[in-house]
Amino acid sequence: MKYVDEFRDRDKAAALAADIARLAASLADRAAPIRIMEVCGGHTHSIFRYGIEGMLPPQLELIHGPGCPVCVLPMGRVDDCVAIAEQPNVIFTTFGDAMRVPGSRKSLMQARAEGADVRMVYSPMDALALARAHPDREVVFFGLGFETTMPATALTVLQAHGERIDNFSVFCNHITIVPTIKAILDSPDVRIDGFLGPGHVSMVVGTAPYEFIARHYGRPLVIAGFEPLDVLQSIWMVLKQIAEHRCEVENQYARVVPSGGNAAALQAIARVYELRPFFEWRGLGSIDHSGVSIRAEYARFDAERRYSIPNARIADPKACQCGEVLKGVLKPWQCKVFGSSCTPEAPLGALMVSSEGACAAYYQYSHSKQRAGAA
Amino acid sequence: MSDSRETPQRTLGRIHVPTVTLAHGGGGKAMKDLIDDVFVTAFDNADLAPLEDQARLDMRALAAAGDRLAFTTDAVVVDPLFFPGGDIGKLGVCGSINDLAVGGAVPLYLSCAAIIEEGTPVELLREVARSMARTARDAGVRIVTGDTKVVPRGACDKLFLTISGIGVIREGVQLGAHAARPGDAVLVNGWLGDHGAAILAARGEMALDCTIESDCAPLHGLIAELLGRVPGVRCLRDATRGGVATVLNEIAQASRVGIEIDEADCPIREQVRGFCEILGLDPLYLANEGKIVAIVAPENANPALAALQAHPLGADARIVGRVARSDAGRVVMRTLFGGSRIVDMLVGEQLPRIC
Repeated sequence: MKYVDEFRDRDKAAALAADIARLAASLADRAAPIRIMEVCGGHTHSIFRYGIEGMLPPQLELIHGPGCPVCVLPMGRVDDCVAIAEQPNVIFTTFGDAMRVPGSRKSLMQARAEGADVRMVYSPMDALALARAHPDREVVFFGLGFETTMPATALTVLQAHGERIDNFSVFCNHITIVPTIKAILDSPDVRIDGFLGPGHVSMVVGTAPYEFIARHYGRPLVIAGFEPLDVLQSIWMVLKQIAEHRCEVENQYARVVPSGGNAAALQAIARVYELRPFFEWRGLGSIDHSGVSIRAEYARFDAERRYSIPNARIADPKACQCGEVLKGVLKPWQCKVFGSSCTPEAPLGALMVSSEGACAAYYQYSHSKQRAGAA
Repeated sequence: MSDSRETPQRTLGRIHVPTVTLAHGGGGKAMKDLIDDVFVTAFDNADLAPLEDQARLDMRALAAAGDRLAFTTDAVVVDPLFFPGGDIGKLGVCGSINDLAVGGAVPLYLSCAAIIEEGTPVELLREVARSMARTARDAGVRIVTGDTKVVPRGACDKLFLTISGIGVIREGVQLGAHAARPGDAVLVNGWLGDHGAAILAARGEMALDCTIESDCAPLHGLIAELLGRVPGVRCLRDATRGGVATVLNEIAQASRVGIEIDEADCPIREQVRGFCEILGLDPLYLANEGKIVAIVAPENANPALAALQAHPLGADARIVGRVARSDAGRVVMRTLFGGSRIVDMLVGEQLPRIC
């Protein structure tokens, strides 16, 4: 397949893996392994899907970061979704992989089974089309994701505003990654030597928002694409920075990510959203300025204002150690409940929820590694 | 049909309204008209013609064909009812035939129960029945008994079918998911994931243009060729819901062996790959309706491949992997990229990823 197969070339991969092994060996005098966090769930998915971890030398560890918006959604917000979806006249629309995320009582999938009108859509524009087609119903779109999906939701709100569609609203749970990386770096037990930066988020925000990571925290960051060769090359670039004692923001994904980001998308974001004082993350707790809400100007499209929602804070189950896994303190299989009381069938913790979550990925794709790791 | 002369001729009822109503499920003349007009007319065979409450099958003929009966049932719900490459009727008939055939049985008789939502167009039902009849006739099986129910609007989605089948297994044929042994070859008879992708695309929710057709086909001819020409076939499974990944896991668990497959050898069409790339789906989990997984003793792998490829429904057959002693109960894939990963059972359905 054109534009895909080129980035999955086995021979190039083998050559890159050899380069990575050589570079890592040259850094072998370090006491601890080199830990690189891939921030984005899309990278986690690629790493497992293509078996990339198995191609890396043992002194290199990948830490699977918090960049899976489905995973970090707190239970209380899922409860709010269910409460809105269960209102009599509502069609509740959502991306597919949010359907299974457990709330404290039930998931959206269970709510649908019990009679709520919950529908899977592929874009917020599909939700708006539903609103046009059903003027007698209230259509709510579950806005979820980082800066990657934020502009599409914003443009849909602007479109609804322009068309004066008044039976459409957004339950806004969009979050922003940079404050969360900062929170992880500020946490005392963290040990991360470098980052793979999120490719799709950067396509919108550009490279500048990460500069502080290099400058203030002294960690290299390489914005990475999602094909397996992208991931390998980005790992190599981080290692090279470490070997050369450089700390910079580099852009491996330049074919998609312009350094200034996407001006039109940023403008739509600025028009529609404002930063929340704080937002709750599953596994990480409350993080300042890490979420956005819809500005008062577009209040009638804001489901949080249109519906009375429980808005309860539900603590993560005590046994969960998602936070430690997210920070790289624990490997997924080292968590007390991994694979026993926390499985993809019945996830307790955030990271077991979506296929992009580190624990679910380990559980699904690499049992043997997990067993070897546990032994 | 030569033996149809033995059954008394009678006038078949006709329906003169465009849609099915609850009256057509009421047990009276309207119901008889529905059954006659839609099903009896299309299925037209001597075993069905007496319209007793049961089909009566000649045991001597069955016993002459083999030493065991195979009996299966398949509930068919699909949205949309008509899709590129097939429809619910063809799907149901092929599904039952294939469930019999992968056990090594020669499929002979089918039953068909239809649950119909009131308001369904009669012409739609006729079309489905004609498709079932055509598929069955081409496959050499007879639909010999059936039932219909009409339910109120909303109680089912237009049309649900249940198709049961009976076949006969020839003496000596022993196939089973528990029979795979280390060293065996894993074969498939062609392109994977076509049906699943065709159905998703036909729903039209994604606004993706594609020309993928369902692979829906009866496989008993292909399987008969394989079993007739090649010894050492240990297990056959049709890779329907859950795709090849699920079937391989079932075999690995039942046989307590590992299965290794090579991504580079898995035949997946460009269009299906592209479709999956866009939606974040894995083609190995997409449903097939005309694909089998065959586990064959190592020395018979190449003859089995040749036998499959000699049949029109196996022209694109491949050896995709082998049975291993290690990783018992698991399926491991060597990725195109040179890595390796576990191919696990799905927890639920595949859901498109957010980004």
